[in-house]
Amino acid sequence: MIEILSGIFLLLGTLFILLSAIGILKMPDLYTRMSATTKASTLGIGLVLIGTGIYWQDFGIASRAVAIIVFLFLTAPVAAHIIGRAAYFNKVPLCEKTKTDELGDRRDT
Amino acid sequence: MSFIEWAVQASVFIIGLSILIIFLRLVIGPGIEDRIVALDLLSANAIAFIAVYSIQKNTTTFLDVGIIVALLAFLGTVAFGYYLGRRQKHD
Repeated sequence: MIEILSGIFLLLGTLFILLSAIGILKMPDLYTRMSATTKASTLGIGLVLIGTGIYWQDFGIASRAVAIIVFLFLTAPVAAHIIGRAAYFNKVPLCEKTKTDELGDRRDT
Repeated sequence: MSFIEWAVQASVFIIGLSILIIFLRLVIGPGIEDRIVALDLLSANAIAFIAVYSIQKNTTTFLDVGIIVALLAFLGTVAFGYYLGRRQKHD
């Protein structure tokens, strides 16, 4: 029973990881690519680690898995924000379908 | 072959496939920012691969490696972002 639950978590997380990989290949510009990788990949890795933690049924393993999950959930938005801010001020081009670019030409000042 | 063995085999295969796809973006990425994002995602996928691999090989030692990889990936991404910001200031 536990093994079936763990396998379902593993497959679900793997699906989200595959979706994030497809997203980083197919999305039109850097910012949408970063959106796909940050959110989908964090969710996928969290699900895979939950599956690993409940497969072993051991407190040490579960605490390690929870530590990795908490660390990833804390650091993934910070890293994405740093890269996105540096890219935006380095004038990495936006997708042509972008509706609002609030700074626009004023991003130098 | 039980369900968990099948699930672990499929997970190893699909995570390896997505690592290949991300490596393609790492090669063709137009700018340096795309390559940094691809490297970040590669290290995140390495964590998931380590977790699945520890079930497949029936050892639990690899999860410590996952913690170290998560720490180093965050440090590397922050350092790259810091130097990108400084490059814009000096132009």
